[in-house]
Amino acid sequence: MIFSLDLLSEALIFGVLLGSFYAAVSIGLSVSFGLLDVPHVAHPAVMVLGSYLTYVLTTYGLDPIAAGVVLMPAFFVLGVLIYRFYYESFERRGTDAGVRGLAFFFGLAFIIEIGLILVFGVDQRSVSARYIGSSLALGDYRIPYRMLVAFGVALVLTFALTLYLSKTFTGRAIKAVAQDEPALRLMGANPVRIKQWAFGIATGVSALAGAMLIVVGPVEPAMDRLYIGRTFCVVVLAGLGSMTGTLAAGLILGVAESIVLMFLGASWAPAVAFGLLLVVLGIRPQGLFGR
Amino acid sequence: MNFTRRRVIGVAGAAALTAALPGRRAFAQAAGPVKIGMSMPQTGSLGAGGQAALLALRIWVDDVNQKGGLLGRKVEFIVYDDQTNPANTPGIYTKLLDVDKVDLLIAPYGTVPTAPIMPLVKQRGLLLMGNFSFQVNHKVQHDMWFNNSPWNDASSWSDGFFRAGQRAGAKTVAILAADQEFAQNLANGARELAKKAGIKAVYDQNYPPSTTDFSSLIRAIRAAKPEMVFVMSYPNDSVAIVRAVNEIGVGSQVQIFGGGMVGLQFTPNMVNLGSSLNGILNYNSYVPGMKYPGIEDFLARYAKRAAEAKVDPLGFYLPPFNYAIGQIYEQAIAATRTLDHKKLAAWLHANEVKTIVGSIRWDKNGEWANPRVVQAQFRGVVDSNLDQWRSPGKQVVIYPEEYKTGDVMAPFEKARSSK
Repeated sequence: MIFSLDLLSEALIFGVLLGSFYAAVSIGLSVSFGLLDVPHVAHPAVMVLGSYLTYVLTTYGLDPIAAGVVLMPAFFVLGVLIYRFYYESFERRGTDAGVRGLAFFFGLAFIIEIGLILVFGVDQRSVSARYIGSSLALGDYRIPYRMLVAFGVALVLTFALTLYLSKTFTGRAIKAVAQDEPALRLMGANPVRIKQWAFGIATGVSALAGAMLIVVGPVEPAMDRLYIGRTFCVVVLAGLGSMTGTLAAGLILGVAESIVLMFLGASWAPAVAFGLLLVVLGIRPQGLFGR
Repeated sequence: MNFTRRRVIGVAGAAALTAALPGRRAFAQAAGPVKIGMSMPQTGSLGAGGQAALLALRIWVDDVNQKGGLLGRKVEFIVYDDQTNPANTPGIYTKLLDVDKVDLLIAPYGTVPTAPIMPLVKQRGLLLMGNFSFQVNHKVQHDMWFNNSPWNDASSWSDGFFRAGQRAGAKTVAILAADQEFAQNLANGARELAKKAGIKAVYDQNYPPSTTDFSSLIRAIRAAKPEMVFVMSYPNDSVAIVRAVNEIGVGSQVQIFGGGMVGLQFTPNMVNLGSSLNGILNYNSYVPGMKYPGIEDFLARYAKRAAEAKVDPLGFYLPPFNYAIGQIYEQAIAATRTLDHKKLAAWLHANEVKTIVGSIRWDKNGEWANPRVVQAQFRGVVDSNLDQWRSPGKQVVIYPEEYKTGDVMAPFEKARSSK
């Protein structure tokens, strides 16, 4: 093993960039699962759908991140529809909505995956942009621009969602529905509509996360499976529903993984995420930033 | 003759029984199609290659059926998607054998999906045509295994790469391998080869297949200052590694880079990566310019069907070798006039077959006795251009000698800017 301060600082930089990417792909789930308690295992599949639609839009000359932003309203509507269906079919009907909902969202993930295979085939798809394939040179350091873009997107998403949830009426209502749904109902608000709106936001955010996914690397239809464990790990580690916690948890995972990859033996990298999760849940069952 | 009622009934009963059971069934089976079964990764990380390979096999099935089939019976092809998941293949092959009652078997594409079915075929004494897997029979030692891929042991694969590195003056190596069956088999062989050649391994890591970004690993390799970098990766990782190398760099001392990267042979990846492939010296099975009887006609027919099926448009890597699997069965069955696995295996061990990927003989382990793994260096590749790959020149063959079209260009940084 080669160790130097230069290498360590580079491992930290790569870790922060990777961690912000993990945070950005998990933040939608932090709303849908963390705040709304919906077992949205199709979140990564929706994100991969966002990647493929980004790919389609880039063939018309659009920048990938701009394409992700363009897709956000359509994904918002998609999210509203998905939640409405989930609510009418499962949540409204009984106490075992969680288990049935899990099956529903697994089914949704498979449908998205198969749909993508039928339309696009199984080949990897990637996009090109000026910031993909080149790096920022700082002395001997080389920092990939695509990861810097991911970092920027993660920061913007985290702070935009944090501000929205704390400063706007609907945002505060979303937090309220997560904390005490009957109380919200007693105040005359409709929790279902609030949840529907929040799920729409979570899905809209997934479109941008999907654009970032295809910026960071090529995608293929079954890629969502790689991200189910990792995104849930970030959200639970953060403490359910905390946006800044999601960013912090992503950064912790990214830095830990980067240091392990560079110094300790790459084979251990997958164990880092779940090892950290076990340790944190052992000490703080509510997660790092959960109440 | 004294016909008693009891005797007549007895004779009639015996005749009915004889006609009803084995004889009738044998006749029915003989009149039915010859069933060939397999699982193929049609989704997952090997899905892109698997679908192209499957198309080639379907072309062979159409060809052989047009000629009247095997032993005068039509060929029926039964295939299931294993999703590149090795956990699925034992169940699929059990179904193929016990429910579908297939007559002949073909292995799925790739080492990882094939490895779990080796004990099954050995236990049942079945012939299995291998499909681009690496050393899956090394420990199992099944004497009815025949690989279609142009390699044998680790040295048959890596020799060309290491020789090219030594010729360029490299004395140290970095080894980066995926943490799965194929890459580990290859990496173990590479470590032995390096040791024998007196090449010092200055970096040796296995990475998990779920690795998202390779920047940290490539940076660690750069810090180790190797003079050659031997990478054994699966398709998704290969693309990410090439990208990270272009962004981070591996250092000016590196003479050659590549070796065992699966996926850089698939046309969509080649087109997507474009000029970032320049300089990489990697294994291949076939590149334009290599002459085998019938291969060009096959590739032309494949290209037409591939466009309709939306799979790898050129199909240089896997499809010809999958078509060859059909040709191998065809010749063995024509010579032995049987579907008996033992007799077919004995014939294949004793004879050479002629295919569109050249003549093939097998050693006692069922690997090629005359291996010809190509090590080719990408040069002068431009971005987003499919047509450049159709003619020779963009992949310069460094090894083996009989197909050589040029010497390795080193160091790697210089080769990367080659025109």
